[in-house]
Amino acid sequence: MNWFINLGANTLNWLQMFGRATLMLFGAIIAKPQPLKLIPLTIKQIYVVGVQSLLIVVVSGLFIGMVMALQGYTILVSYGAEGSLGPMVALSLLRELGPVVTALLFAGRAGSALTAEIGLMKATEQLSSLEMMAVDPLRRIIAPRLWAGIISMPMLALIFSAVGILGGHLVGVDWLGVDSGSYWSIMQSTVDWNKDVVNGIIKSMVFAFVITWIATFKGYDSIPTSEGISKATTETVVFSSLAVLGLDFIMTALMFGIE
Amino acid sequence: MKSRKVELLVGVFVALTIAAGLMLALKVANQSMSNGEDTYVLYAKFDNIGGLKVRSAVKVGGVNVGRVDSITLSNSDFTPLVSMSISSEFDQFPETSSVSILTSGLLGEQYIGFQPGFDIDGIENLAQGDYIEDTKSALVLEDLIGQFLFSSNDG
Amino acid sequence: MENLIEISNLTFSRSGRLIYDDISLQIKKGKTTAIMGPSGIGKTTMLRLMGGQLVPDKGDVKFKGESIPGMRRNRLFKVRRQMSMLFQSGALFTDMSVFDNIAFPLREHTTLSESIIHTVVMLKLQAVGLRGAADLMPAELSGGMARRAALARAIALDPELIMYDEPFAGQDPISMGVLVKLIKALNDALQLTSVVVTHDVTEVLTIADYIYILAEKRIIGSGTPEEIKNSDSPLVQQFLQGQADGPVPFHYPASSIAQAFLGSTS
Repeated sequence: MNWFINLGANTLNWLQMFGRATLMLFGAIIAKPQPLKLIPLTIKQIYVVGVQSLLIVVVSGLFIGMVMALQGYTILVSYGAEGSLGPMVALSLLRELGPVVTALLFAGRAGSALTAEIGLMKATEQLSSLEMMAVDPLRRIIAPRLWAGIISMPMLALIFSAVGILGGHLVGVDWLGVDSGSYWSIMQSTVDWNKDVVNGIIKSMVFAFVITWIATFKGYDSIPTSEGISKATTETVVFSSLAVLGLDFIMTALMFGIE
Repeated sequence: MKSRKVELLVGVFVALTIAAGLMLALKVANQSMSNGEDTYVLYAKFDNIGGLKVRSAVKVGGVNVGRVDSITLSNSDFTPLVSMSISSEFDQFPETSSVSILTSGLLGEQYIGFQPGFDIDGIENLAQGDYIEDTKSALVLEDLIGQFLFSSNDG
Repeated sequence: MENLIEISNLTFSRSGRLIYDDISLQIKKGKTTAIMGPSGIGKTTMLRLMGGQLVPDKGDVKFKGESIPGMRRNRLFKVRRQMSMLFQSGALFTDMSVFDNIAFPLREHTTLSESIIHTVVMLKLQAVGLRGAADLMPAELSGGMARRAALARAIALDPELIMYDEPFAGQDPISMGVLVKLIKALNDALQLTSVVVTHDVTEVLTIADYIYILAEKRIIGSGTPEEIKNSDSPLVQQFLQGQADGPVPFHYPASSIAQAFLGSTS
């Protein structure tokens, strides 16, 4: 009987948490924005969250593209279909790996940093100070970080895919001898702008929103002690990653499902 | 100044994104050939469309001239009706042209192969909304096996 | 002498625990009022209730005659510009310099030009003795200096009320002396009203005009420093003299030690 009671209690806790998160979101984004102050703050956050993730995104994209070309080549060659390496690499990246891997990297790097930073500001009473100084911390601290995340991550995903395709070219054409012309031309005739590239962008925008929301909320809601912040940071990474993978499945089914 | 450096790097970030986006757009530029270009519509009836899908290519001798717009069932005689958008660049196809459903490669997708017909005086060109009379349906595996069985029995 | 803040019949509980039970107190304008009591009874909570960060279960908190819990969010934000809080940790914004920290409320709430802001900030820093530290980052300041910088920030907009949350906690004697002097001097020079929440008895007795002692969810003593020192309540005397045992017991409630060690053969 106990586990049943726990289940009910947990569900209520979850609902409360979700409610708090939604209130935070509305307070930060929906309420009257102050563009003059918001934009420079957001640019600074785009630097923190986006530019500083560039290195890991580019390196990961390059390596994943190269590995895919390597693995793909060995399989395709046995069917005599190595010319399809181009579209294979491009489609995998644009539809799936680009948005998803970038999202997971982002959650781990930028998401946890956001949670820790906001949690620390809560613990050192900086958020309270802002409130007492009649400055709304939701608009000043949370909103720029939310926007920065939503803007930066799809950009990072795009860069990831592009770099991955180039990495695939590097390995496939320069190393393994696939014909350069075939790599690009078959890719061009297989990859569809609307279906593949745009869908990938939509996916990464959804992921960006979810991850940034979770990261900022976990920081804002954290218990202001060192264990509390560490727990919040872990939860950000875990929840974001699970949410990304779950949403990916749903979106893939919707976008690429059998017609 | 600290904020200058920040702004500069954010600008670089945005530039990189645009570069990536451009690269992706150019790579797939060929694909959106029929988007926004002038096209005209032709119809064809087949007995069996096989694995033909909407947006499959229409090719003449391997050159892409258009796309399949829709595949429906004709209400009058319950045969599959395919409508195709052909680029207006190619508006000189004679009425005697034929279309067949072909497969690209062994395991590849199916497309419509367009065979221009004879062009003698008196024969008009296909225009918007015309039906192509001469059609060859897709090869159905069961029919092939049936043919093979029957022909080997005769032999 | 009017009251800047009036708390009437306040009852407040958090997480099921009753913190205050029907408390009434008044903060007189222009005076320094101290709120003292044992650790953990919720003195910081009192400040938060005054500032509108928390809402009482019953009773009212009035600032200049207006009810704080009854205010709408916009009005509350406007009213908050007249009050200031100095947090226990200083709570300076770690990503900006000392100068920018103090300039922050000015930049947020006024349209003064940068040169005027520069002058104002320097004057405030001079008042707390940190004008030379204007370009340092908060991480480079000692605890006492951080608190003084936070104090400069708290007076940046010339508020009417300053609330100090445990300002003397963990300070060395010199820093303590500096802070005590500053609180008194600022209160008099700027005609502020100060509320100091603390448990440092000696320090606060020298500067307070009026004292409230909170314990066991209510006020157990109030009056001028003289009246408090001569109070005949045992709890007040235990607090003032720092006695280890008395009305606030030494032992956390438990069974007798004989029972604990020898089993329950009473």
